[in-house]
Amino acid sequence: MFDALTPNVQIALAGIVALLVAASAGVFVFNRLRPDNSCADLTPRLRSWWLMVATFSATLALGRSASLVLLALISFLALKEYLSLIPTRRIDRPLMLWAYAAIPLQYYWVASGRYDMFVAFVPLYGLLVLSARAAFAGQPHGFLRIAGSLNWGLLITVFALAHLGFLVVLPAAGNPAGGSAGLLMYLVFLAQFSDVVQYIAGKSLGRRRIAPRISPNKTWEGLIVGLVTTVVLAAALAPWITPLDRGEGLIAGLLIGLAGFAGDITVSAVKRDLGVKDTSSLLPGHGGLLDRVDSLILAAPIFYHFLQQIHYGGVS
Amino acid sequence: MIAVLRWLWFWLFVRPVAYVFLGLNSHHAERLPRQGPAIVVANHNSHIDTLVLTAMFPYRLLARIRPVAARDHFARHKRLYWFMTNVMGVIFLKRRNLRPSDGDPLAECSAALAHGDILIVYPEGTRGVPERLAAFKPGIAHLAERHPTVPVVPVFLRGTGKALPRGEIVPVPLLCDVHVGDALRWHGDRGAFMRTLRSAIAALAQEGQVPAGGVAPAGLPEPAGSAGYGEGVSALRRSNMVSSQRFDTTSWRRM
Repeated sequence: MFDALTPNVQIALAGIVALLVAASAGVFVFNRLRPDNSCADLTPRLRSWWLMVATFSATLALGRSASLVLLALISFLALKEYLSLIPTRRIDRPLMLWAYAAIPLQYYWVASGRYDMFVAFVPLYGLLVLSARAAFAGQPHGFLRIAGSLNWGLLITVFALAHLGFLVVLPAAGNPAGGSAGLLMYLVFLAQFSDVVQYIAGKSLGRRRIAPRISPNKTWEGLIVGLVTTVVLAAALAPWITPLDRGEGLIAGLLIGLAGFAGDITVSAVKRDLGVKDTSSLLPGHGGLLDRVDSLILAAPIFYHFLQQIHYGGVS
Repeated sequence: MIAVLRWLWFWLFVRPVAYVFLGLNSHHAERLPRQGPAIVVANHNSHIDTLVLTAMFPYRLLARIRPVAARDHFARHKRLYWFMTNVMGVIFLKRRNLRPSDGDPLAECSAALAHGDILIVYPEGTRGVPERLAAFKPGIAHLAERHPTVPVVPVFLRGTGKALPRGEIVPVPLLCDVHVGDALRWHGDRGAFMRTLRSAIAALAQEGQVPAGGVAPAGLPEPAGSAGYGEGVSALRRSNMVSSQRFDTTSWRRM
């Protein structure tokens, strides 16, 4: 079953499972020591992590097509959460269907390796179709709001997230150590790891809040500890599952950490604007899918762009 | 054959549509009855209300689920009528032109409860304006009076009227909220029972409302939550809004 994964990636997956085992053991002991603890959501949170890691590894192992189907499903669920949250009118229903229709097309460009179509599709055709369709609906009241929020949502949930898919279809020959799954694993692991470290460091030693009105849990201490850890880990892992050397891995880690933070705080701002706490209740302990992939939204295109510039000759 | 159709209906349609195509945020799903007889009472916005509620029950209870629907609305479509009666277990109610010769309009509902089934009842009687509670029809109080020991579970659904509003054919994938309340029981007075039931559902409508955190920036045409469809404004408040507001085809709700 694991033929699609190189030995290095298999060991990396085993490492992630080991981390989860350690975390589960830690939570178990913690709950025993303090039955009245204040972190009651840790158990469902970890259970969701197990589920996500299992799904992610299984699809990686099944190969390219399975990975793309999973990523398209993630885009669909994320867009659905977004469209369910934003204010819409009844006349916006056809527009929402058009937005959904972008998902299969976007992932078709991924699967066929058509980077030129992939990179232009949402910003160009999405903009054209959604804006014109919104205008054709003939209701000027609220036009800018719906055209703007739909295009933005499509960029975030479809265009940006689909870059994860393009990491999988890059020629495996360019990455002998990690194969086609190595880069995706590298990015997803680092972004999520950085997120968790920022959360834990922020909870334990956070003092100065970065944006209290947007996200009260984000602190400078958490961000710095998260960034340093991510950069070190990124440099260490780079030669192992990616075509990057240690120095390039260092930069990649910094980009992933910073873009991850930017994505996180962006989704927080959306939620604050709309007055909701979580984007849905899909993942117990975490909230919605958009809450979980927020750190990947901006990190995926940035990391891909960086990779393309230094390793795939600026064009794909 | 019916059993096979039921299996296919539940596993290939009801569950995938409810949990993948739409997606449910359920609040206190554990309060739903785990055995019959019981009456589930919900607000009604969309044809998918019944689908969503059916999906929330385990498969073993599927044969017990009996949605109550208006005969005049569905009787025209022969095949659909057959499917609803035999596969979905729908009980059809004569809604209009009741004559004494029709006998007891609630007889089938009563029989189902006596048999241990779980009724799904929409006391608004029609899908109406999404998420605005219309007046309740008194049939539910008559049923509760006849079956005083049967628990009546109030449910508030939000979002189904947005995914598939009345008059539309193509559903849009959108998340739906399901708020389940504590079971009520008959307490001896129809009027009081109706008021209790109505306020229980109105309270559930309030439950999910996070106060709209974002202040709408100046200059936007409509404040957040008003143009939008559910944010920040409770169903109760919406139901009390001036009657000049109409649900038209150009907007979810125009002020």
